[in-house]
Amino acid sequence: MSNAAVIRKLLKYLKGSRRYLFLSLILAGVTTALTLLVPILTGLAVDGMLGENAVNMDSVVKVIVIITVATVVTALVQWIMNIINNRVTYTVVRRVRDEAFNKIQSLPLSYIDTHRTGDIVNRVISDVDQFAEGLLLGLSQSFSSVLTIIGTLAFMLFIDWKIALLVLVVTPLSFVVAAFIAKKTYSMFKLRTETQAEATAYIDEMIAGKNVVAAFGKEDEVAACFDEINTRLNLATLDAVFYSSITNPATRFVNSVVYALVGLAGALSSVAGGITVGALSSFLSYANQYTKPFNEISGVVTELQNAIICAGRVLEVIEAESEKADNENAERVGSERGDVKLCNVSFSYDKAKKLIEELNLDVKKGQRVAIVGPTGCGKTTLINLLMRFYDVDEGEICLENINVEDLTRQNLREGFGMVLQETWLKSGTVKENIAFGKPDATDEEIIEAAKKAHAHGFIKRLPKGYDTVIGDNSGLSQGQKQLLCIARLMLVKPPMLILDEATSSIDTRTEIRIQKAFATLMEGRTSFIVAHRLSTIREADVILVMRDGKIVEQGNHKTLMAKGGFYKELYNAGLNKE
Amino acid sequence: MKKLFVYLKNYKKECVLGPAFKLLEALFELFVPLVMASVIDKGINGGNTAHIWQMIGVMVLLGVIGLVCSITAQYFCAVAAVGFSGKIRTKLFAHIGRLSFKNSDNIGQATLIARLTSDINQLQNGVNLVLRLFLRSPFIVFGAAIMAFTVDVKAALVFLFTIPLLALIVFAIILGGAPLYKKVQSKLDAILNITRENLTGARVIRAFTAEKAEIARFEENNRQLMARALFAGKITALMNPATYVVVNLSIVYILYTGAINVNMGTLSQGEVVALVNYMSQILIELVKLANLIITVTKAVACGNRISDVLDIKDGMETEKSDDTSDAMVEFRNVSLCYSGGENSLSDISFKVKKGQSVGVIGVTGSGKSSLINLIPRFYDATEGAVLVDGRNVKSYTLSEIRSKVSVVPQKAQLFKGTIRSNVAFGNSDATDEEIMEAIRIAQAEDVVNAKGGLDSEVGQMGKNLSGGQRQRLTIARAIAKKADILILDDSASALDYKTDYNLRKSIAEIKDATVFIVSQRASSVMNCDMIITLEDGAVAGIGTHKELLESCPVYEEIYYSQYERGDFNE
Repeated sequence: MSNAAVIRKLLKYLKGSRRYLFLSLILAGVTTALTLLVPILTGLAVDGMLGENAVNMDSVVKVIVIITVATVVTALVQWIMNIINNRVTYTVVRRVRDEAFNKIQSLPLSYIDTHRTGDIVNRVISDVDQFAEGLLLGLSQSFSSVLTIIGTLAFMLFIDWKIALLVLVVTPLSFVVAAFIAKKTYSMFKLRTETQAEATAYIDEMIAGKNVVAAFGKEDEVAACFDEINTRLNLATLDAVFYSSITNPATRFVNSVVYALVGLAGALSSVAGGITVGALSSFLSYANQYTKPFNEISGVVTELQNAIICAGRVLEVIEAESEKADNENAERVGSERGDVKLCNVSFSYDKAKKLIEELNLDVKKGQRVAIVGPTGCGKTTLINLLMRFYDVDEGEICLENINVEDLTRQNLREGFGMVLQETWLKSGTVKENIAFGKPDATDEEIIEAAKKAHAHGFIKRLPKGYDTVIGDNSGLSQGQKQLLCIARLMLVKPPMLILDEATSSIDTRTEIRIQKAFATLMEGRTSFIVAHRLSTIREADVILVMRDGKIVEQGNHKTLMAKGGFYKELYNAGLNKE
Repeated sequence: MKKLFVYLKNYKKECVLGPAFKLLEALFELFVPLVMASVIDKGINGGNTAHIWQMIGVMVLLGVIGLVCSITAQYFCAVAAVGFSGKIRTKLFAHIGRLSFKNSDNIGQATLIARLTSDINQLQNGVNLVLRLFLRSPFIVFGAAIMAFTVDVKAALVFLFTIPLLALIVFAIILGGAPLYKKVQSKLDAILNITRENLTGARVIRAFTAEKAEIARFEENNRQLMARALFAGKITALMNPATYVVVNLSIVYILYTGAINVNMGTLSQGEVVALVNYMSQILIELVKLANLIITVTKAVACGNRISDVLDIKDGMETEKSDDTSDAMVEFRNVSLCYSGGENSLSDISFKVKKGQSVGVIGVTGSGKSSLINLIPRFYDATEGAVLVDGRNVKSYTLSEIRSKVSVVPQKAQLFKGTIRSNVAFGNSDATDEEIMEAIRIAQAEDVVNAKGGLDSEVGQMGKNLSGGQRQRLTIARAIAKKADILILDDSASALDYKTDYNLRKSIAEIKDATVFIVSQRASSVMNCDMIITLEDGAVAGIGTHKELLESCPVYEEIYYSQYERGDFNE
């Protein structure tokens, strides 16, 4: 994304704050005017002190009172201006983050599956932070800088327009210098940001796999590997920080040359009888004030440059392509549902490698479908398609004879209850987690669901029972987490079920009890089950035997065993005859 | 925070030279008015055009010297700041790698990541700015005060009042701001965590159509973050206006007393101007300082959070112990209690001989993982002793004990790289034959074939592999390590029965290895030489399958619960 494009997009976020920006501009004008006024007033006061017994106390006191009032007003206005600038900045930041987060909810799963979590998190959190810093600096300094330039220029033109023109012509030199350095350092900043992202992704992976690293005693090697990235990061950072920090001295040098030129022109003109000494000295002091903002602006330019790169990164997430939008005239399926049909479905993650091809399946309401096959044969892919985490490449999946792509995703998904092998709980209380799919559930309903999932017992033993806060590192075992995931499902009682190794981490005694609860739940409900438990599989109405992404056999236990094919082979191995 | 300064140690030279060149530059800046005064006095008033040209030349020269000094200063400051933060990053990363499981569980992944990334960046900015400007500002402030005293001692006394007051304001705002920014940061951590969760749990969230609820949760936290940031901003934004008022009121005071003194003839008009100018100079410096304050307070808060992590002591020290044992693994009256709460394991004793296979079975939460976690010393036993190969585990260094034990954890975790780099993770010298052998034992040959050989890519955290594929590669990884003790912690959960069966059969063929198999499935452990049955963290029975069926009701119940429908034909 080009800088101009990023800026254009950022302006959109500022739109809502137009009134505040306008107010900030006015306040900046007031402070600048008052700040420029105080030296003049001081001068007036000094002018009133001609010497011994020649001081006009009345006029001095009058001026002093005005200075005092001006000072207090300036301070107050400045404070309010700062607060407004903060508000504008944080409002934009909040909006950008909200939008990025909203985006995450509509990103296709393929995007999430193929991007590093740490990288996306980095964009939403620290990139936005850096962007905020740049924006705040830009806001708080650019207005008053510009106004100071205009104010002092006016005074200078008033004193001697010829020398003022000289200043006017020469000063932009510092802009040229700043722009030159900014251009040269852009690629350095970019390299730095990229290396930073690489480091973050590595950090993310290694912290997630920390226990494995420790188990293999590889802490030193991993640290050495990080060192290598870190060294590159340091070099890139040093380049970016140092070269960009030349901007300030360079522009200040230009300014001191301007100052010298004004001195030269003024002095020569004065010798020739043009400008007076007094006028020259005030001219010089204004020339000094005039160039100061240029320094600030060039500093701001460096910051802004970095801010724009960071903003560009988060905008990339915000503008990533969303899932195909739901059909506008989407049809609706009620909660009474259960017929699922797959017609000639083909799908693959990697278009170069075919996975599911020409798959046909007809499931009637209330049927139990078991999906079996060796590890990694594509069982989970089928679930990805049923839930529309991914869309089919060819063919169609119909629910109640309606193509699922003609339904809203919400309408489709609310009909499925899903428990996956990989447990995911959000950080929050046990209660919040169980009520995840039904936030308005009563405590009784929640406890009821927990009891059905046989999770009530261990929850009671947690330090704060149902109000215990859990999350990523809750100290719960995989099995306990899985029980909570099941409780979460038991509460919603969806018309259809998807169980993908839902009980793989639960002990067999508990599992059997849960199976009973599932069996009751599955009564009259269509269910898709990926499982290893032979009894579960045997009782299924339809068994899909998958191998290498294809359904190689389809039927019930009896017919498949009679057939004596791959299913029989798997089944016998499962029986553990030794 | 203070403790972090040791990482500046190698940059002493830069830390001195950077600010020194900065001061030099400031000094040259102070000469400029004197030169200009000479232009006015000798050049203009004396009508000496040559002198004017000369002095302007001197001014340009001063500018060049200033430029050189300043760029030199920027360089040293950048080297020190970047080097400093780089050192901390390295140190912190290594430190986090060594945190005990207990401590890293407590802190949480998201927080650790934030410490290593955004916090260190902020700290770097802070150090760079402090080096560049924090010395310069006091230098100018005190310099101006001293110059004021040379003008007129009595009139300059007001500086003695103004400067401490300014210092007070500056420090009050810094100190008052720090805790506020800490609060801002904790909210930032919260939204970081929510963002992470929503990426890792995207499937579940969408399945429950909880997107809107999650958005609401994020937006609420994001709103609170903004409120806290605004409040913190309000306080730090006081800095500029407050110092402006103090300085200008001092000027007013100088003007008023100046006027009286001038009237009495004890002070000249020019001297009043000089005093006012010095006071203004202080103000200009303070404005610069105020702009730094926000960055510095944030940096201090970040530095403190980094120190907090670095300060965590693990207590996993190597200890002397005279305990001996003739077994490969022995537990002597071992109890374990995680931070507070009830015992997770109590009074466990058993002995395992070299080459034996041990099954560990029990219901969820019975302490199976806790038990095996003590063998590689992931945690320390609270009571009793764990002995490996004849010695107390506490007498080994962590790297010694970990090289003796190979673990397949419950959660299959792979790293970005290739299949080869992942399988050879614990044994970088492994030959291709050894790697393939481990893969064969782990029943993962088809994974290698499907992906296209040992050098095929593995994505971050193994995202491009299915759960079962990941699990088998983690098993291969543990086998390739060729440790004395191999532990499979319920690590076949994603495998179907057939693969699981083949896996156990081939593992049994590994020579000399002492194997622990933790499982929920009786079928996974029934052929082990010894089966430890756990209930509520205590031993319910130890023995072979046959012995336990007769003597241990807990084992019997587990076994028959699994096979009650007669799946198993004896």
